[in-house]
Amino acid sequence: MFLTATAISAEAAQAAAAAAPRMDPLHHFQVIRYVEIAPFGLDLFSISNSVLWMWISVAAVFAFFRYAMRQPALVPGRLQSIAEAAYLFIRGIVDENIGHGGKPFFPMVFSLFFFVLFCNWTGLIPASFTATSQLIVTATLALGIFFLSIFLGFYKHGLKFLGFFVPSGLPVLLLPLMVPIEIISFLARPVSLSVRLFANMTAGHTVLGVLFFFSATLPWIGSWLPFGFSVVFTAVEIFIGFIQAYIFTILTCVYINDSLHLHH
Amino acid sequence: MESLPASFIGMGLAAAGLAGSGIGLGFMFGKAIEAFARQPGAEAQLSKYVWIGAAFVEAIALYGLVLAFIIMGKG
Repeated sequence: MFLTATAISAEAAQAAAAAAPRMDPLHHFQVIRYVEIAPFGLDLFSISNSVLWMWISVAAVFAFFRYAMRQPALVPGRLQSIAEAAYLFIRGIVDENIGHGGKPFFPMVFSLFFFVLFCNWTGLIPASFTATSQLIVTATLALGIFFLSIFLGFYKHGLKFLGFFVPSGLPVLLLPLMVPIEIISFLARPVSLSVRLFANMTAGHTVLGVLFFFSATLPWIGSWLPFGFSVVFTAVEIFIGFIQAYIFTILTCVYINDSLHLHH
Repeated sequence: MESLPASFIGMGLAAAGLAGSGIGLGFMFGKAIEAFARQPGAEAQLSKYVWIGAAFVEAIALYGLVLAFIIMGKG
């Protein structure tokens, strides 16, 4: 890492680099711009590897569902069963967490889940890029959900939505203490939502990078151990990618529910 | 103190927060297994909450890891 590069003197670093491959587990999180499109000096539309892999995951979701449902049969085939199970799974999440009035949000929740899931999973392909390992991607999603929930609350309940910050059944004396806590916990929602996904993806892929480095550089007598562990950890990462997408969608539904159905 | 060694110490301290998450995961899965042993019929319903809880507890540990990365970027 650049830390060590500044610490060690130049010639020692050169000697070390010549002697051994350097471990750089954060290397595959670097955003590389393929096409720079920056109107008015704002780097808004540049096509980077992050954008490219987001496109690929969206295309994969789209292609999968189009292919699975190309000839919808009454008795579903294998792929159609998967597509229908996915539909029912998200439908269950929406019904369970939003309940009444949740139907209009189903398409958003469905596409959100599959976007996050496929971004997590395409990141496991060698030489690919995990779009969800960039804080800006997850923060954009989380802030969108956050502002949607605020907008919904004021749209449905008007100024009564502010009652959300006043816990019911509390003595009046405690209110000056509880209301700021409620407001802070409300403001912390997009932060925790985005950092959870980002940190899980970054940490998991960093561990994988370290394991791959060890299995590539250790002598054969020791390299099978990190290699075997990296196989196991890839399976764990597939599971974590699913769980994180699931949590992301569940929390989205919970936040929407909080704004739709005021007071517990 | 030199800034570079201090930042390494800080990274280590930030990552030490993982210990709390480990304790939490241990508690959670232990209690979950206890619950499954007492009431095997409820396993399918409860395991869903166990995994959600596990993801939450893990995320707390990873906040520490993110702090360590931030310190690494500053140092």
